[in-house]
Amino acid sequence: MFAYYLELALRSLKRSPGLTALMVLAIGFGVAASMTSWSVFRAVSGDPIPWKSAQLFVPQIDMWGPNGRNADGSPPNAMDYTDAVALMRDHRAKLQSAMYQISPSVVPADAGKHPLNVSGHAVYGEFFPMLDVPFEFGSGWSTSDDTNRAQVAVIGSKLNQKLFGGANSVGRSVNIEGRDYRVVGVLDHWNPQPRFYDVVNSGGFATDADDVFLPFQTAIQANISNDGNTNCNAVPKESGFVGLQHSACAWIAFMAELDDAAAVQAYRNYLDGYARDQQQAGRFAWAPNNRLLDVPAWLNNQHVVPSDTKVSLLVALGLLLVCLVNTVGLLLAKFLRRSSEIGVRRALGAPRAAIYTQFLTEAGIVGAAGGVLGLVLTGAGVASVGWVLPKDIAALARLDVSLLALTLLVAVVATMLAGLYPTYRASRVQPAWQLKSN
Amino acid sequence: MSLQIKPILVALRRHKAGTLLIALQIALTLAIVCNALFIIHQRLANLSQRSGVDEADVFVITNQWAVDKSTQQIDAQVQADMAALRQLPSVRDAAPASGYPLAGVGSDNFVTLTPDQVKPTTDSAVYVGDEHLLDTLGLRLIAGRNFRSDEVLMTSTQQAVFPPVVIVSKTLADRLFPGGSALGKSFYAMSATPTTIIGIVDSLHRQGTSQWNKPYAGQSLIWPGRPDDSRGIYYIVRARPGQLASAMRAAPKALFAQDRMRIIDPKDGLLDYAQIRHRAYDSDRGMAILMGIISAVLLAITAAGIVGLTSFWVGQRRKQIGVRRALGATRNNILHYFLTENLLIGLAGVIVGAVLAIGINLWMVTRFEMDRMSLLYVGVGILALLLLGQGAVFAPALRASRVSPVEATRSV
Repeated sequence: MFAYYLELALRSLKRSPGLTALMVLAIGFGVAASMTSWSVFRAVSGDPIPWKSAQLFVPQIDMWGPNGRNADGSPPNAMDYTDAVALMRDHRAKLQSAMYQISPSVVPADAGKHPLNVSGHAVYGEFFPMLDVPFEFGSGWSTSDDTNRAQVAVIGSKLNQKLFGGANSVGRSVNIEGRDYRVVGVLDHWNPQPRFYDVVNSGGFATDADDVFLPFQTAIQANISNDGNTNCNAVPKESGFVGLQHSACAWIAFMAELDDAAAVQAYRNYLDGYARDQQQAGRFAWAPNNRLLDVPAWLNNQHVVPSDTKVSLLVALGLLLVCLVNTVGLLLAKFLRRSSEIGVRRALGAPRAAIYTQFLTEAGIVGAAGGVLGLVLTGAGVASVGWVLPKDIAALARLDVSLLALTLLVAVVATMLAGLYPTYRASRVQPAWQLKSN
Repeated sequence: MSLQIKPILVALRRHKAGTLLIALQIALTLAIVCNALFIIHQRLANLSQRSGVDEADVFVITNQWAVDKSTQQIDAQVQADMAALRQLPSVRDAAPASGYPLAGVGSDNFVTLTPDQVKPTTDSAVYVGDEHLLDTLGLRLIAGRNFRSDEVLMTSTQQAVFPPVVIVSKTLADRLFPGGSALGKSFYAMSATPTTIIGIVDSLHRQGTSQWNKPYAGQSLIWPGRPDDSRGIYYIVRARPGQLASAMRAAPKALFAQDRMRIIDPKDGLLDYAQIRHRAYDSDRGMAILMGIISAVLLAITAAGIVGLTSFWVGQRRKQIGVRRALGATRNNILHYFLTENLLIGLAGVIVGAVLAIGINLWMVTRFEMDRMSLLYVGVGILALLLLGQGAVFAPALRASRVSPVEATRSV
């Protein structure tokens, strides 16, 4: 029976090619616009570390007091040096790391090559196991390397390619800002998006992966200054990088791993206790006002998904809605034009259910055709999204099987939903009337 | 015309679903297109903002040091680099600076009129540069004077210096001292000591282009200094008219000849203002294009939908039209009938649509930090959709008007 309805539907669609084409075009454009913007939204709103994001927390400490708080009363989104180092010293989480963005120069051993500038972070050794950072060669450094301020470095795969031709460079030496560092690990193409470990400096997305990681205290001692944002509520009293360390300026990111609710509560209590101690010591003149957000909450709090991306998605969904309303109207016209045909079928004994099947099949075919057109247009859309969105975000949009399947599914389901009302109207056609008027 | 409205309304009642669908489509289209137009206009306004810079001739070199140097060493190198750049035949002038307009990121300070003021008066972008900066950027000094070379001092990495003199943009001057009396007045920019306005330039855009900068648009100050930052420095270079390309080739060569241990990134170490503007407004332009495409598709689909449904109605009513023609209605009467019918549906649609459009805008204001939309956009949108509807209905209506009176007698 279905094959028969399929044939009927195709015949009917062929009878009015203009109307059919119009519906297919509308569905195709609507679905493609929605799916293209969905692919971007999906990419930027994704969880960069889904297996662990609920255990990774970003603490915020209120070192500026009431005048330096955000509009919602929350403290600054980064730490000053005093607090970051104190939290590292107390070491109350399972794993934790303070970090700051660096942009040092690397001088290749080969005298013929120009020096190059690389971006990276100064972190503690626990950074690597905490974030499950994948290594191609070697590993991170030890806690004793942190305390001894060892001259070690972890480099990214791209820098390893540039300096060592991609070979296992563990144990070899790399010249950073005029000092030699021993390579202990090479990353295996690691560039999570959004860059959840330092959202404040990356704005969430960074096309180029971090290419060098140095021990935090080693970098401080080597005077490798902060390359990220620095926010001050007052101008530092001393100049230079040392002055920044002595100031209350916020420039250090922090992340801690807390595995269960009890650990989270214990860490909250610890932060409040720390703030109270600072209050008693006279450094803070206000009650504790800390925050402790896990990675998904933090990404949301820092508005990692650009509002342009959200607006585009909403507008595209609006377009889809208009296309569907349009399809409802056209299907209605198309189905009711065949009232006499329906009348004959009903008079010959076809039940309403048969009419439903027949016309929903027709709507489904229009949806499927629109879906196929939508696939092509979505492909074109994802490929050309770089024209209209910032490069670092556009680069994240991917065309994969799940997106293609979703495109088809949305097209067919939406069109059949749009076909429901016209089909209902078709099934209500009175056989007697239609037969009489002919 | 007016006589026809009642019969049209009666007839429409027999096509409730189709009428509602067209009106709904017009309403939704209007709501989306108004907001899209508003976004487009806003973004285009961003794109055309003046930077104050002689953009045709200016380019920026981002220079980083490959080895750790003392501030004195950096200062000597910067002075040598400047001498080398300024004597290039294709270069008109060059200046070291801590930032440049439209850079995207840069420093800014809160500004107060008294030293103990808690709530800042406003915010200003902060540029540090030498006495060549004004000429190099092509800024127009409209009052006061430029820096003297003895006012330009060495400034080390992240050093908090507050020079006693400052040149401000006209926008900042007017914001702080309305009435054009700013010259010679003093203010505080997160400093304990006052800084006195010695010059005012016509316009100077901030480094930042983000939403945060909007309330402070065009508010900038320049402090005298050579920003000898160990992390790197911007060299701003102004080519002689028409010699931008050759100056951009010659400048890095001249710098590497001075000292090889520097880094000028091959990707973004050397940018002319066309590239800088492109980077700064990448997302604005993209958003405008995207909204444009979506609006065009929406309008096309709505128009096509109207054509489709009206054609169907015309087909359905051929007999009725034939009867009217036989009873003496002219072709024009029939044409007007369908045009009026569409106008009535369109009016209902745009009324609902206008309310929706304003509602969506108000929601976006709270949700996405957008501005309030002027009612002008709604007005333009209403007009556009009514015209679109009339245009779309014209062909089917014309076909209806050609229905011969003979049809009345057929197929009974």
